[in-house]
Formats: sequence, C-alpha cells, structure tokens
Amino acid sequence: MQDLLFLIPALPLAGFVVLLFLGKRIGEPLAGWLATAAVGASFLATVAVYFDLQSTPEHERALTQTLFTWLPVGGLTVDLGFLADPLSVTMLLFITGIATLIHLYSIGYMHGDRDFTKFFVYLNLFVFSMIILVLGDNLLVTYLGWEGVGACSYFLISFWFESDANASAGKKAFVTNRIGDFGFMVAMFFTFSALGTLNYQQILVSSPSLAATTATAIAAMLFLGAAAKSAQLPLYVWLPDAMAGPTPVSALIHAATMVTAGIYVLTRMNPVIALSASWVPWMIAIIGAATALFAATIALAQNDIKKVLAYSTVSQLGYMFLAVGSGAYIAAIFHMVTHAFFKALLFLGSGSVIHGMEDEQDMRRMGALRKIMPITSATFIVGWLAIVGFPGFSGFFSKDEILLFAYEKSPILWAVGVVTALLTAFYMSRQVFMVFYGKARWDRPIEEAAPELAAEREAAGITGGHGVGPVGEIKPHESGWKMTLPLMILAPFALLAGFLNSPFVDDGKFLEHWLEPVVRFGEAHATSGTGVKIGLALVATVVGLLGIALAFVVYLKNRQDLAEKIEQPIMAKGWYFDSTISAFMDGPGRKAFDAVAWVDKNIVDGAVNGVATLVRDGSAKTRLVQTGYVRNYALGFAIGAIVLAGFILTKAVYS
Amino acid sequence: MFAAAPPPEVYLGLSAVLFAIGAVGLLVRRNALVMFMCVELMLNAVNLSFITYARALDDLGGQVAVFFVLVVAAAEVVVGLGIIVSIFRRRRYADADDLSLLKG
Repeated sequence: MQDLLFLIPALPLAGFVVLLFLGKRIGEPLAGWLATAAVGASFLATVAVYFDLQSTPEHERALTQTLFTWLPVGGLTVDLGFLADPLSVTMLLFITGIATLIHLYSIGYMHGDRDFTKFFVYLNLFVFSMIILVLGDNLLVTYLGWEGVGACSYFLISFWFESDANASAGKKAFVTNRIGDFGFMVAMFFTFSALGTLNYQQILVSSPSLAATTATAIAAMLFLGAAAKSAQLPLYVWLPDAMAGPTPVSALIHAATMVTAGIYVLTRMNPVIALSASWVPWMIAIIGAATALFAATIALAQNDIKKVLAYSTVSQLGYMFLAVGSGAYIAAIFHMVTHAFFKALLFLGSGSVIHGMEDEQDMRRMGALRKIMPITSATFIVGWLAIVGFPGFSGFFSKDEILLFAYEKSPILWAVGVVTALLTAFYMSRQVFMVFYGKARWDRPIEEAAPELAAEREAAGITGGHGVGPVGEIKPHESGWKMTLPLMILAPFALLAGFLNSPFVDDGKFLEHWLEPVVRFGEAHATSGTGVKIGLALVATVVGLLGIALAFVVYLKNRQDLAEKIEQPIMAKGWYFDSTISAFMDGPGRKAFDAVAWVDKNIVDGAVNGVATLVRDGSAKTRLVQTGYVRNYALGFAIGAIVLAGFILTKAVYS
Repeated sequence: MFAAAPPPEVYLGLSAVLFAIGAVGLLVRRNALVMFMCVELMLNAVNLSFITYARALDDLGGQVAVFFVLVVAAAEVVVGLGIIVSIFRRRRYADADDLSLLKG
C-alpha cells in the first residue's frame, strides 16, 4: 500500500498530460469523462490508503513514500516524498471525492463551451497540485502544490478571458496570492535555518528545541501565507472577484479545496504555533473573527447569487482561523470538512440555477424557482440549513465546536462569532427566499420584472456576457442528471457530516480521535462543563433560527422598507475596501511606484546599460589594433616571442 | 679520416644567425614570396639547432622532430604557394600590404 501512495497524485497528472496532448482530438464529452475517471480513481486510491491507515495502531498512523531526492544542496536535502497521515488523508478524501463530483458536474455545466477540453486540462492539473500540496512530506513539496493551485486558480478565474473583467480578476487573485507566497517562503527559510530540515515529521520531532522568537517568526510568516491563500483580512479581496470563473471552479477551488490550504498548513505546523509568543494565536483568532463578521456584513447586501456565496466562504474561513487561533485545530478541520460539503453543494446548486436561468446571476431576476427546479432547490435547502447551523445538520456541530473554543479563548471572540452566525443565517435565508420562494421575476421582460436591475445595467452599459441573462422572458428549467447527481450525492453529506464528530458520546468523536496524533502538540482542551456547552449550543441555535425568522419577515413578507435599511449601499460596495485600495494605489501608491520605477530605470538599468556602453566604446578603440597588415602581426609575434624568451631566461638566471 | 667536426657552438651560432635573418626579413620585406622564403629560413634554422643538440646529447629525439618539421613545412608550402599563385593570377604582383581586407 505504502508504495502506491504516488498513485494518488499520479492519476490526475496522467489525466492532465493525456488531455493536454490529445484533448482536442478526444473532444467533448469524452475528455470530460476521462478527467472524471482519473480523479475518481485517485479517490478510490485514497479510500484504500484510508482503510490501510485505519487498521494500523493509532500512533503509527503515517505512511511515507520517497520517490527521489529532489534537491541535494549543501546542508539542504529535499526529497520528493509523500506523507499519508490522518490529517492529509482526511483532506485527500474530501478533496478527491468532491473533485470527482465537480468533474462530473462540469461535463454538464461546460457543455457546448468552446474550450471544453481545456477546462478539464486545468481542472486535472488543479487536483494534482492540490494533492501534492496536501500529501507532500515537507514544506517545499507543499509549496510546489501551493504555487500549482495558485497558477490553476489564475487559469480558471480568467477562463473566459475575452472579457477584461475576468482577465483582471485572475490577475488580482494571482498578485494577492504572491504576497502570501512571500510569507510562506520566508517561513520556510526560517524553518530551515533553525531546524535544518523541512520535513514535517522531523519538524515535529525537533520543534521543542526551537527558540520562542524563531517559532514566533515562523508562525507569523506562515500566517501571512495562509491569510492570502485562505482569503482573510486584508488579503481577502481576490476571492469575491474570483467568481468570474465558471461556477464549478468556484465550487472546487474557491470554496471547497484550495482556500482551505492555509488552514491545512497552519494545522500541519501546529507545534510551531504552540511554541510561538501568545500574540500570534491571538492575532490569528482576532483576524479570523474580524474577517468572519466583516465578510458576513458584505454578504447581506449582495445581489449576485455567487457573490453572496463568495463572501460567505470568506466568512466561514474566518471561523476556521478563529478556531486555529483558539488552538482548536480539530474543530477547524472539522468545519473545513463540513464546509467543503455544504459550500460545494451550495455553489453547484447556484451553478445549476444559473444554468437553468440562461446564464442570469442576479437574484433580483429570480424567485419561485422551487417548483421548476425541484432537485436543485431541495438540495440547496439542505446546504442552506447546514450553513446556518440548523440543529442536526453538519454546520451545527462544527460551528458549535468552534464557538465553544472561541468562548474559552475569550467571550468577546465568541460574541463576534455568534453575531456572525446571526448574519450568516440571515443572508443565506435571504438568498434562498429570493431565489426559490416569493414571486417569479423571470416570466416577464427585465424592465417589468426587475426595473431596478434593468436601470442598473443600463447605467453601467452592460448588455451581455457571462452572468447576464436575456432581457426578455426567461424560461428556467431543471438541469440534467450530470449536474443534479452530484447535488444529490453531496446533500446527504452536508446533512450528516456533523456526525463525524458527534459531541453527544465520547465514542462519537471519531474525527477527534483520528486527528489527535497530528495535533497533539498544539491542541487546546475544552474545560467548560456540560452546562456551559449546552448553553452555548442553545444560544447559537436560537440565533440561527432568529436569523431565518428575520429573513422570512423581510423577504417573504415583502417588507421593502426593512430590506432597504439592512442592505446598506456601503455593504453592497464591500465597505469600499476595494475602491479605497484602488484610490490609494492610484494616488500616493502610484507616486511610490513611480519612484521605484525611476530607480529601476536609472540606477538598475543604468548600471546594466553602462557596462554595455563601456564594452562597446572600449572595443571600438581596441579593434583598430587589427590593421590587416601581415607585418604588424609578425611584429607582434616577434615582440611576444622576445618577451616570453626574456621572461624564461630571467627566471632561469635569477632563481 | 674526417677532419674533427667543429664544436656545437658553431652550429648553434649559424642557426641563430639564420633565424635572425629570417625574422628580420619577414618583418621588413613586402613581397609575399620573399616573406614566405623567410619563414622557410627560420624553420630550417630551428632544424639545424635540433640536429646539433641531437648529436651533442646523443639523443635521436631531435632528429625525429626535424622530420616532423619537414613534413609540416612541406604541407605549409603546398597551401602557401597555392595562395600566392592565386594572388598573382589576380594582381600580377604580390605585395603583402595590399592584402589588408581583414582589418578590424
């Protein structure tokens, strides 16, 4: 089994290579099926590894495979090796599993697209990179995957690159992620210079010898990397724009898998965080909580069906950082798993709605789709109840777990988390009510059904493109089985994944026992009594139900006045965060960049050009030595021979 | 039966004189053919010193070296004369200073 670990990444890689060279010839839809099969086989391999791991004793659960020595440079030896332990296998299971479903879904969603095969080329490459990220047994291999998913994310966000907005959204994601890559790299340098290794198992063994300041530096830089990849304040700006990509991409990369990489790396390095100064976990927790609240307020006022989910993702990732900062790594991974299921479900559901609504993405044009899209709406509602934490649904358990640890860290963090939960329940209910309930706003031309939206589009001069539906009447329809089957598979998981770590009985805490060997250095232990736990759970439940009830009143009872009070324009514009950055970068920022450009042009380029000029002018002089007269050359020869002979003779005489 | 051979210094002195004549001739003459002959003169001066040393030191290596020089000189003459003949065909005279097309 151990020697077959490489199959997990190799299968999607093989799919990528085959599709890259033969994709055009294979064509639609076979290319999609091939890609799906590659990832599906990878999933099966992961399941086999899981059972193998399950059958070994608890503290020996780590399979390693080293393919070859990648970089032997002085004291640094990096192997291309894989490490399958409870943490990486947990992540691989949901990454490959959800990726398989999303590949299948994409066959339906991308049907008829000009670049159908290219989409699957990127998708397979992405899955390969993500597996490398998670399965790598040292920081550098993880970094390889880290950059790989970043590149694939760029390709896929700008997949419909004909439109300027999509192309620049891709660039924005890439540039923002570079900031995080810098943090990751510096953390790697620190780790190597302090411990002399990048291998996770060796880091785990030798981390107790780390000085507190070194550990603090490593943890802080890793957090910078994680904050960019997992879209935390202030580096979250790329994720909402990333919705420019096709919806399966949003589901796979920007909700379920890639954005969790930051939390994975922090969890992986938990012994280092445990050793660092206490302000680092505090910073992680505070930024997580702030991001959760901040993004939730923005989500309240979004009208694009995918933008709501995007901000919701940012907010949920904030919860996971709050958990990591509170030392609740298991809770963070638990929420990551449940979130992967319900957010992938919600995104795929929204994709199904967009597909059925002839490419319309604005919720003000939807409504009453429940009857027309029975499967999509039923599964979407499961996802909705999971994310708002309705008792019994997966989000209820994982969010409660995080809130419990946040409460033990600080009641203020807990309060922020609870307010976020209220907002989450509200905006998700708003979305469900606007899309699936209420009155239909698609059965008439846009000026009649949604005058506000029509005016907005006219003002902005938007006439078409991806995400903008027809002006006339829309005839929604339910999507085909390739799109509804993944929804029907994901829905039970979104419903039941909470029982992976059921709090009711100790035997039910499967995930906790499973992950314990990996996080034993950094994991905090809850000390609250049962009464407090039940109380906290009750508060969270009541708050969630309150959010649903409020949304019910505002959006189903059509209290337009209340809706206007809640959907503040400042929230719709994301607290002007983006535009402030743009304004700053265009003003004082531009001056600074101009100064840097001046230095580059005059000093850096000046040095390079100066050397070139020197060589050119010098050679213009020295070329005159070549006169073309044989006698000159002969003279040179003779003088040279005399000098040489003189030199040898003097040496012979005087030594 | 033979008169006693002169000592090696005499041969070496002759060799040096021949070499100097050749070197100066190469530097001061313009005619390609004469320059060529000067080169041959220098080669033979070297040959003479090789043989002298071979005899004085009783070592056959010097004579072997002479054969190599002769062979190389013969090859060089073939190429060099070929070039000179073709120059004569085009210009009717062979002044080395007129052939300065390859200047920098």
